Amino acid sequence: MDLVAFLVVVALLGAAVWIISAPLRREPEGAAPTDPAPAADVQQLEAARDAKYREIRDAEMDLRTGKLSREDHRAMDATLRAEAMEILRDLDEARAQAEVQDSGQSTS
Amino acid sequence: MIVVGRACLIIALAAALYGIGASLYGARARRQAWIDSGRRAMYAVFGIVAVAFALLESAFLRSDFSFDVVASHSSTTTPDFYKVTAIWSSQEGSLLLWILLLAGFSSLALRLSHNRLREVTPYAQAVLLGFAAFFAVLLLGFANPFQPRSPVPAEGTGLNPLLRHPMMAIHPVMLYSGYTLAAVPFAFAIGALAARRLGADWIAAIRRFSLAAWLCLGVGILLGARWSYVELGWGGYWGWDPVENASLMPWLTGTAFLHSIMIQEKRGMLKVWNVSLVLATGTLAVLGTFLVRSGVLDSIHAFVGEGNGIAWMFTGLIAVMVAGSIALVYSRRGSLRSEHRLDSLWSREAVFLLNNLVLVALCFVVFWGTFFPLISEAITGTKASVGPPWFSRYTVPLAIVLVLLAGIGPVIAWRRATTANLRRNFAVPVGAGLVALVALLLLTDAARKPLALAMFCFAAFVLAAVGQELVRGARARRAMTRESPPSAVVSLVRRNRRRYGGYLVHAGIAVLFVGVAASSAFQHARDFRLSPGQTARIGGYAITYVKPTAKLASEKVSLGAVLRVRQGGHDVGTLRPTRGYYPTLAPDKGPVAGIFDGQATSEVGLRAGLRRDLWTAIEPDIGPLQRFISEADRRFGNAGPDVQGVVVAALAQRYVQHPPPATFRIIDSPLVTWIWIGSFIAFGGGLLALWPAPAVARRRATAAARAGAAREPARA
Repeated sequence: MDLVAFLVVVALLGAAVWIISAPLRREPEGAAPTDPAPAADVQQLEAARDAKYREIRDAEMDLRTGKLSREDHRAMDATLRAEAMEILRDLDEARAQAEVQDSGQSTS
Repeated sequence: MIVVGRACLIIALAAALYGIGASLYGARARRQAWIDSGRRAMYAVFGIVAVAFALLESAFLRSDFSFDVVASHSSTTTPDFYKVTAIWSSQEGSLLLWILLLAGFSSLALRLSHNRLREVTPYAQAVLLGFAAFFAVLLLGFANPFQPRSPVPAEGTGLNPLLRHPMMAIHPVMLYSGYTLAAVPFAFAIGALAARRLGADWIAAIRRFSLAAWLCLGVGILLGARWSYVELGWGGYWGWDPVENASLMPWLTGTAFLHSIMIQEKRGMLKVWNVSLVLATGTLAVLGTFLVRSGVLDSIHAFVGEGNGIAWMFTGLIAVMVAGSIALVYSRRGSLRSEHRLDSLWSREAVFLLNNLVLVALCFVVFWGTFFPLISEAITGTKASVGPPWFSRYTVPLAIVLVLLAGIGPVIAWRRATTANLRRNFAVPVGAGLVALVALLLLTDAARKPLALAMFCFAAFVLAAVGQELVRGARARRAMTRESPPSAVVSLVRRNRRRYGGYLVHAGIAVLFVGVAASSAFQHARDFRLSPGQTARIGGYAITYVKPTAKLASEKVSLGAVLRVRQGGHDVGTLRPTRGYYPTLAPDKGPVAGIFDGQATSEVGLRAGLRRDLWTAIEPDIGPLQRFISEADRRFGNAGPDVQGVVVAALAQRYVQHPPPATFRIIDSPLVTWIWIGSFIAFGGGLLALWPAPAVARRRATAAARAGAAREPARA
């Protein structure tokens, strides 16, 4: 192996190690494990809420374009909004739990 | 630079293996720093492989024949454009491109999702890094692009003539992009199963990647069809070749998934089905790669003679993917229960489900036909294969049902359709289908091909359904905003890109299938042997062989013909099909015979139009030249290239002056152009659906979410 090739390989290896190890070098000493579950619950419910909003919007669009009659839409909209409210209630609870965990970690 | 290239592959493998360990350790120990470090390992793999790829491209451009792969796939006379593309004409280079694209798309996916899906991402990145490690091992152990050639030859073998086509720059890249993009949803599905996070969030995170994989695979497949049509000299655009089929299978399951995720997003249903479709699509994408790499099935695309090592490696990977997927889905069946049940068979959910079953049935037919040689060999000991008629027998009826469903889907309501709204929504599309039926029966001879006739009527039904949706949507928008009709259409589509992008795809697919049905059912194809001055008649055209042609270029000799086309007594055009002869380096051939007996490609003469295509290919008879070729090799075999060039020019001139009869394949195909137009529409729709929503709509949705208001979702 010639010297230039050797130096190029060392440089590439060094760059890879530097990039990969950055989070470990930045991590404070004695950092505690974090539980991602509460935040994940929030994200999951946020996705469900967004999907429900989209469904309500689509039903509204179906009403305007004549795909649904006014009666059909009224019944469907009521069901969808009830489901959305349930998701929002669950989301509030999940957010509260996530905040408790966040404050627990910041004080520990 | 060979050493640097090899070192890059070793560093990439080490980074991938480290990344797998760091990601899994981080997930188990709940240490975010290790998970982040694992993610960065993917960025490092991408960077390092990009360096390796650049080194290899540079070797191709410099014609550095100390690289074995350059010596065997390029030459000094290969045009620069094809030197760039020659890298993925080789097994080694295409595997390097695979890992480059995989690492690039994976890095993008991980970058976009690392602050979300915190439980899923570590497992997903371990899977993606696992793929990267697998391909790095393949490159290092079985198909190393950084293999030295000794002694270094003065000239390379050159690029396979069939691959000297502009499509080479984009068709393989699009297919590999589709395959590698399909790995992303696969990995996130495994992550979601492993982390037991099977709600709507992981589906939302991978939807764009699934759509991008579908789009790239689709564009790749269509470009391949077009390439085949204009270059391969057999006149078709789809031959049910195993490698073509291999790209079609994940596209079919991917299409099914893009429909069924809507049911999961809206109704929390079909979770097992959806996750199975994602896993099947990812596995079929690897299977597609395996078919090209291994050469286990005879195909014009396969890299042959590459040994069994790669085949066994892929078999092992696919076995792990299938077994792991089944085990994970089975063990998580409790978390995959549907939240709702189907309200009615007369609903969009039911239509989507039927559409999924048809797509999966199509995939199964293609799978069975593709692997039939292996299946028959395993059972009977004899390798038997099935041809296009077998595929058509099953795929044509399924495709007709699929097109019909493409029209029903957009107009039927979610949850439950009542008789009144069915009547209201289907009146126009059904009317359009019936009008098309009557018109075709009265004005054409379409009745003699009932399946094609059904396809035309269903396509009219789809186009009317999509048109009706657009008109009604624009009318509703105008009623709210008082915009002009064109502005209302534009605003409507901009604000509902998923919906109208999808409808556009349906319209494009209907148009595409009209082209396929018409060109397959009403095509006239014949072979003619003509001397100059003679005329062939086909499909209302009179085609006269006017004169032969010969042309010498740096790399090939082209022998062809000028054909005059007349219709109804009027000249309608001139066609110039040619056949190009590229030299072979076979040692048993002399330098002149090495050209005329070397590799040959067709340049077809094509008169394309909206109503019909007239397609011609020529097979010149060079038999009468053989004794002159042998004589030329005997007398000038040891002469310099300049002298040999003069001799070849003289032979070509002799062909023009004393032309023997040539064989022409002439095909008159109706509506072929609509296949390409339909593809443009469909992929335009796909791009529209993929494009991010306008910032205003997103801000509004976010604001509504922050306010926690379910009462007033954003307006259409």
